[in-house]
Amino acid sequence: MFGKKAKAMTPSAARKSFVSPYDLPAPKGAEGWQDLYPYNLVFQENLKDKENSKFWFCDSQHWPNVFKPFETVGVEFAVRCLGAYNTRHYIIPPANGIEFRIHNGFCYMSPVAVAPELIGDRVPHFMERAGFYFQNWDSLLENWKKKVLATIEEMDAINFEALPDMVDIEVITSGAGIDPTAKMMADYDRLIQLAYKNWEHHFEFLNLGYVAYLDFFGFCKESFPGIPDLAIAKMVMGVDSVLFRPDDELKDLADRAVKHNLTAVFGKNNDAATTLAELAGSADGKKWIAAWEKAQEPWFNYTSGNGFYGSDVYWRDNLDLPMGYIQDYVVRAAKGEQLHRPKDALIIERDRISGEYAELLDGEALETFNGKLGLARTVYPYVEDHNFYIEHWTMGVFWRKVRQLSRLLHSYGFWTEPDDMLYLTRDEVRPVLFDLATGWGVGADCIAPTYWPAEIERRRKIVDALMTARPEPAFNEPPAEINEPFTIMLWGITTEQVQQWLGADEGDPNQLKGMAASPGVVEGKARVIMGPEQLDQLQQGEILVAPVTAPSWGPVFGKISATVTDIGGMMSHAAIVCREYGLPAVTGTGSASTKIKTGMKIRVDGSNGTVEIIG
Amino acid sequence: MGKYTFAFDSTETPEHDRLGGKCTSLAIMTSAGMPVPPGFAVTTDAFDAVMNQTTLRDHIVKHLAGLDPNNVVDVDTRAAHIRELIMTQEVPEDVREETIAAYQKLMELCGGEVPVAVRSSATAEDLPDASFAGQQDTYLWIIGQEAVMLKIRECWASLYTARAITYRMANNISDEGLSMAVAVQKMVNSRTSGVAMTIDPSNGDKSKIVVDSSWGLGEMVVSGEVTPDNFVIDKVMMHIINRIISDKHEELVPSGHGTVIRKEVDAERRNSPSLSDEELIQVATLAKAAHKHYGTVQDIEWAIDADLPVGANVLLLQSRPETVWSQKKQEVKITSTGSGIEAITKSLMAQIGDRK
Repeated sequence: MFGKKAKAMTPSAARKSFVSPYDLPAPKGAEGWQDLYPYNLVFQENLKDKENSKFWFCDSQHWPNVFKPFETVGVEFAVRCLGAYNTRHYIIPPANGIEFRIHNGFCYMSPVAVAPELIGDRVPHFMERAGFYFQNWDSLLENWKKKVLATIEEMDAINFEALPDMVDIEVITSGAGIDPTAKMMADYDRLIQLAYKNWEHHFEFLNLGYVAYLDFFGFCKESFPGIPDLAIAKMVMGVDSVLFRPDDELKDLADRAVKHNLTAVFGKNNDAATTLAELAGSADGKKWIAAWEKAQEPWFNYTSGNGFYGSDVYWRDNLDLPMGYIQDYVVRAAKGEQLHRPKDALIIERDRISGEYAELLDGEALETFNGKLGLARTVYPYVEDHNFYIEHWTMGVFWRKVRQLSRLLHSYGFWTEPDDMLYLTRDEVRPVLFDLATGWGVGADCIAPTYWPAEIERRRKIVDALMTARPEPAFNEPPAEINEPFTIMLWGITTEQVQQWLGADEGDPNQLKGMAASPGVVEGKARVIMGPEQLDQLQQGEILVAPVTAPSWGPVFGKISATVTDIGGMMSHAAIVCREYGLPAVTGTGSASTKIKTGMKIRVDGSNGTVEIIG
Repeated sequence: MGKYTFAFDSTETPEHDRLGGKCTSLAIMTSAGMPVPPGFAVTTDAFDAVMNQTTLRDHIVKHLAGLDPNNVVDVDTRAAHIRELIMTQEVPEDVREETIAAYQKLMELCGGEVPVAVRSSATAEDLPDASFAGQQDTYLWIIGQEAVMLKIRECWASLYTARAITYRMANNISDEGLSMAVAVQKMVNSRTSGVAMTIDPSNGDKSKIVVDSSWGLGEMVVSGEVTPDNFVIDKVMMHIINRIISDKHEELVPSGHGTVIRKEVDAERRNSPSLSDEELIQVATLAKAAHKHYGTVQDIEWAIDADLPVGANVLLLQSRPETVWSQKKQEVKITSTGSGIEAITKSLMAQIGDRK
């Protein structure tokens, strides 16, 4: 993502090319989908030559599903802000941001390089700006948390409520002279702005975390040619990331239940409300409820999705989810199983690895190794932690407010289903609010109920039709070689991977190749999971096969024996979580979730990055 | 734990006085993660039990009284007589039973009766030197319980070869308390064998273990008569970094009687890996253990034994220090030395430099 484009994008005539987005028809029934999304997100006809000169890869790691129009807010804010930090804040010498487009409902990306003659001038600015952040990392990060939490708090205070029949008498007696619609419209704007603000903060440290990591990465690759990427990831990894805290809280609650002889209550597998009611009947049960309530804020601001979809369900909005996980944990804890991640063992292993590599060096090389490793370990926790603060907490509150507004407008008959506002882009919502303000103010019918239900129905059909097709992995001519380390590290997109997508490397159909993301070899039954709503199908000991996973699938990682994904690199969520849980993982296989079927026996080699279908 | 035998993979501490030099070193290597071919020691207690049950020791002392070490014929005659006495001496029942039990247990591990080597394991000062000791008392390809028992006695008797006797006289070493342990060890039946180095010999990278491997006995790998499979393993992570599977056209296999047979490798195996991934990692682990044990880069010979069960079939045959790369310094090109913003900038700039 930080560059390499000048060379990387030079087409090589000998290679096969991916389809052009301009030649890829819409799935049947999805014709005209372009109108659902903002104009600047789709490949425009008059820019055909320019857009076709670029290589675009599909980011199905962050956006595995078709966007509903409102949901483009996530990719727009995230990828814009990512770019701004490279381009305008830190002036990363060789790299600007990443262009992004939506095509047939999926997201495609293309990194933007800096013209070679401009790179030199950027260096002093980068050193001054990024250097300042590295030097003041801890205090700036402390401040970052304050800023981010203040934004969340402000967002959380927003409420969209029904308009009164008459304005409050206070409005009269105080002489305020303003009705609640102005506030409603302002609150909507503020909600969008606050989300935008935290997405800016999301990248304030992230890109710097990655460049420090890559500096250490590059040194290791030179000093120990062929060193597994996994070794580098393991040396740097933290074990106390807040990202794992929600799952840890559930485990603590399960342990507490067993300790206080409440196992039977959880064994009934009732929903959260019934379970809590029964617990309220005993003193120990009441104490348990107090602990459960304490854990909720903030740790239940946690989704089994990835924060980018309006349909993501957050634990605090559906307590049956965490309760279900706790019930599973209680069964296992009652059997005497140790639920918590082997943190001590992880630290010992991490220090063994860095210690053994360090032993191979001396003098200046050893000093360099220790210096770079130290910085990488300082900055790296952010790379994991930010995910809780932004994707989970901020976006949890954001989507809750969006749904609240959608349901309010639904109650006015503006649309058929409670969450149908997601079929409008965020900029289409403002006139809807003014429509409401007008109807309410004038005392006449709003126009929305006669306009949006049919329009939403039309859009729903298109979105449903888009969902029937899997995305193309990439568009246009790939670069001769993909050596941009961010693309490889974050997306798992390598030269070999692209060739495999192109079908150049046909080989054994029962063999899949991916990234060796977490070591170990496991054989077992595959369970293909296409989305978080299918997670409850997973049985103890099965191998999870999915297009992509989210870190928040945490509780299922205690159940499974290995993970295989289509998309994702060494630093993808599945990879990080599997290393934390000590499970083998192969990420970025490209096609595991379509080639492997539930029930097949597979062999996952997370040390060598291979998956074999054996029966 | 027996008094008269000591398995090389025993968890007890090997005592040099009871096991002699050779057996002690075999036991120490095994416990340090460098499993040598399996076997056991017949301890000095067994020898002592044989010698002390009668007045044999006194008889020997008397028989050697007044010996002129320069009278070669007389020394030979007296030595032969003493050896004959030891060879015909009754072995106490408990010594015999325990030794046979240890032998049977070893055969069980090997999945049936297989040839063993029987060797003396002297307690250092009693004999001139190891090479001398080795001349007379190493018996290879020994099959069967009674044959093994006989060779153990021959090892005991080898304490009284003419040269051993004159050596002790010349160096004023008393015969009092003289004892001898014996090693009984499986003969290796190599399904696959090869060499491994705890350094990448192509560039001096010490973070790698490089393994060459081919079917059968290792001689053809060492002599270069066959192109072996070649593997590179990361020493810290124990991940396989690179593998080249070669066409291995010929192999040497043991006949079981002390000779080797040279034969063509069948079509199915010649282009297949001669090591499974699990075995390869075990070989690398063995090499790493040797490096750690000896504290320097090692060049080892290893074998996969066809008779032994999985998990116990990877054997260390020899380990010696690597001499080429240990003498020179690896040349590594580092783009960005140091840490912090300058180093990070250098790294970022180098990435575009690499684009050419």
